[in-house]
Amino acid sequence: MSNLLLDRSNPQRWSITRALRKIHIDAVLLLGLLSLLSAGLIILYSAGDQSTALMIRQLTRMGAAFFVLLLLSNIHPDRMRDSSYWLYGAGLVLLVGVLVFGHEGKGAQRWLDLGFFRFQPSELMKLAVPLLVATYLAERPLSPSVWRLIVALIMIIVPSLLIAKQPDLGTSLLIASSGLIVIFLSGISWRIIFSFITVCTAALPVLWYVMHDYQRQRVLTFLNPESDPLGAGYHIIQSKIAIGSGGLFGRGWLEGTQSQLAFLPERSTDFIFAVIAEEFGLLGVGLLLLLYLFIAARGLYIAGQAQTSFARLLAGSISMTFLVYVFVNVGMVTGLLPVVGVPLPLVSYGGTSMVTLLAGFGILMSIHTHRRMMSP
Amino acid sequence: MSSRFALKDHFRESRLVNERLIVAALIAGLLFIVVMVRLAVLQVVEHEHFNSLSNQNRVDITPLPPQRGLIYDRNGVILAENIPTFSLELTPENVPDIDDTLNDLAELFSMTADEVLEIKGRIKRQRGFRQFVFRQRLTEKEVAVFSVNRHRFPGVDVVGRLIRHYPQGALFAHTVGYVGRINERDQKRIDAKNYKGTQQIGKTGVERYYEDLLHGQVGYQQVETNVQGRIVRELQNEPSISGQDLFLHIDVNLQRVAAEALGDFNGAVVAIEPRTGGVLAMVSKPDFDPNLFVSGISTKNYSVLRDSIDRPLFDRTLRGHYPPGSTLKPFVALAGLELDIVDEHTESFCPGWFTLPGQEHRYRCWKSHGHGKVDLKKAISQSCDVYFYDLANTMGIDRLHGFLDIFGFGHRTGVDVPSESRGLSPSSEWKRTRRNQAWYPGETVISGIGQGFNQTTPIQLAHATAILAMRGVNISPHVARASRKNSDSELQLISTEHADALPMENSQNWEAVIDSMVEVVHGKRGTARHIGIGLPFKMAGKTGTAQVFGIKQDEKYDAETLAKKLHDHALFTAFAPADKPEIVIAVVVENGGGGSRTAAPMARKIIDQYFGITADE
Repeated sequence: MSNLLLDRSNPQRWSITRALRKIHIDAVLLLGLLSLLSAGLIILYSAGDQSTALMIRQLTRMGAAFFVLLLLSNIHPDRMRDSSYWLYGAGLVLLVGVLVFGHEGKGAQRWLDLGFFRFQPSELMKLAVPLLVATYLAERPLSPSVWRLIVALIMIIVPSLLIAKQPDLGTSLLIASSGLIVIFLSGISWRIIFSFITVCTAALPVLWYVMHDYQRQRVLTFLNPESDPLGAGYHIIQSKIAIGSGGLFGRGWLEGTQSQLAFLPERSTDFIFAVIAEEFGLLGVGLLLLLYLFIAARGLYIAGQAQTSFARLLAGSISMTFLVYVFVNVGMVTGLLPVVGVPLPLVSYGGTSMVTLLAGFGILMSIHTHRRMMSP
Repeated sequence: MSSRFALKDHFRESRLVNERLIVAALIAGLLFIVVMVRLAVLQVVEHEHFNSLSNQNRVDITPLPPQRGLIYDRNGVILAENIPTFSLELTPENVPDIDDTLNDLAELFSMTADEVLEIKGRIKRQRGFRQFVFRQRLTEKEVAVFSVNRHRFPGVDVVGRLIRHYPQGALFAHTVGYVGRINERDQKRIDAKNYKGTQQIGKTGVERYYEDLLHGQVGYQQVETNVQGRIVRELQNEPSISGQDLFLHIDVNLQRVAAEALGDFNGAVVAIEPRTGGVLAMVSKPDFDPNLFVSGISTKNYSVLRDSIDRPLFDRTLRGHYPPGSTLKPFVALAGLELDIVDEHTESFCPGWFTLPGQEHRYRCWKSHGHGKVDLKKAISQSCDVYFYDLANTMGIDRLHGFLDIFGFGHRTGVDVPSESRGLSPSSEWKRTRRNQAWYPGETVISGIGQGFNQTTPIQLAHATAILAMRGVNISPHVARASRKNSDSELQLISTEHADALPMENSQNWEAVIDSMVEVVHGKRGTARHIGIGLPFKMAGKTGTAQVFGIKQDEKYDAETLAKKLHDHALFTAFAPADKPEIVIAVVVENGGGGSRTAAPMARKIIDQYFGITADE
């Protein structure tokens, strides 16, 4: 084989890699993910008031998510490309269904109760949108024509608006960005990119107009959290206290007073990053962010190694969207961005987003492991 | 279009996308740097600031209110205790919707809309973070009902508290007084820090006078709390110091007998141990149940008490102004002796009336056909008015005033129960300055028999009589005898002010007057001779009948035709045994008619109880 040299230096490790590759698992990505998930469990134990029941539920979800990862990694990227229109169509129908029959939670309609489990169609769209846009744009030589660009934008905007209407601004923006990343990677000219940014900036007042009161409140609170310390600004104030009091090395695991004494709201879900910052300090969060960067870097490497434009665009989008998740959450928790309700990927407690994220990595692995071997 | 048929150039496309992937990676790196800088600012630059915020966040100081001291009578019978109760308390700040919550609570406890309205008003008047007592003395059932529904009421809790209870009920309504909710006026007289967590404060009586002693010292508990304010861990505990227990001179049995003796009459009884000044009994009737006030009296109950024409809330022993009537006569006689105006044997003639020289007006004696020749002993024992008209007239009001002054007439006795009133012992100067009027000789005449401007309180009357009984030793009456820090420590006597013996030129004068008072009870024609029967010792007394209603010249007082409110007040002062007094009694019976008939037998009942005399003896 091509890597005989490496085989000789460390036969054991590389045989594991080979074995994993046989079931279409990328060892490097798996290592990164497992490290992150383990760190996440340790943090969740602290943030979730040392509840073992919570840990078991999270572990169960991880198991289910890995099953989905394994499933997707074994599907050939071409099959995914073939089913992208169907998936997208089904997602749209479900989104409309949510708006009509949806189940309300926390003042927003996001859930579809299917009897045996509750399902968020917006999670499906997180994958279906980049999949479709990548499929569509890769059908023709890159970079895409203006016409194709407009169609792609519509493909992105329709589900985004439907989700924003639930209302779930955070997910809506993430889905939009996952699609836009595909467009960006497809090589549209910088002139179009800059004029798009200008139009978006101009559209901000319009966005303000269509926003729900609670979203506007979040934005206003973001601009001046001190104005409502026990109401809307409470989250961000407590979160900043938690992060700031962590210092360089943190208060130690299970020792964060903000988290352990329940001053920090949503500390096991959206605000779990503040728990990490409080208990492990700047050093801890720095390492965590590096771990995220490592995973994303491996994703980008996979994208770069991909053999088709479709795979390149999709892998690039999935990797970058993953990072966008991280930065939106961290930005929100540290008071750089408005509180939009985005969990910290693979660390926050919660089922559906974990499955979606690992499904995304399943796609990455599929792309990487289904390459036809070509000798260099 | 040519592009439609253009073949894909894999090499060019992959270079294009890879370029963009590198740009994306650079953007990611940039975002990483931005986030790390932000984190460094929060965690390193502003670390101190957030660290102190974090420490403040979790440490909460909770006051530990002290347990209020108990009050006992002289025999150790408890007069005021603390009983554990459950109350429903809400912290308005933590209640999402006050109106809804109150309405739901009212429904749960089946309260009326008026009550809810009243509570709403009270909540509005206080600060939001203060606990508000919604309902006190919950029954076990009420506690259970609330517990089941607790989830509906965030910010509302059942709190176990000790509350004041007066097991003797109305018997000590005025003397021991009661505690009540701390209001704005109370806030001004207390050290707010020491009352953190305390719900009640002494409002009247001993409870108020000895508030500082009874309340104790607040403690603090430093605790770690979570955001709901629930205590997670205790960091520091400085225990409170309980209030001191109070032991009174009061004898609960004597008090009860005195209250029973008064019966349905309005009036007051004060009994003092003259050697110590200790108040043995202090009854003001009508009374009320002080327990009503402890948990906040309802507007309805309060208006009943407030608007009653009998004024049950009014402490007659300390604030009731009564003309002393003939009970003043021993003091007038003593003044006559001391000022050498009369001696024991000086006689006056009583034809049934007295006239000032050159005036027509007849000042009548109670005995319309007169006492004939009257000396000091007869004048006191048969309460001849003419003798004292004459004596007072000779003495003049200002000399009389000066003498009564040293017996405390017109002054507060200094008893350790608040809001005592001064009474009034008139003088010409008083009338000039206060009323801007000249003094008339006729006013001196009637002052000699304790009428006119004279106003005394029952405690004053008892105090003056005690000075007389002690032959001039003036000791301020005191209700509290001793205090005790806790059940293990020793009693600490509460100091009483011993005044020096009154300056009296001839100590025989005391005995002359006291002998005459003994004659009132034990003499053949004494006005209170009927109560002297069966006493194993000599008792000194003086009857008094105070006019409420002026009778015109040539008219006779007819109890039958007068409305009860216009009936005379009956008074009686006494001490026993006369030679070595152990108890001094002053009885005032409003609209009781004659002192001899109504008030004197009441005093005898108290004497009997005090000395353990049974009716057969």
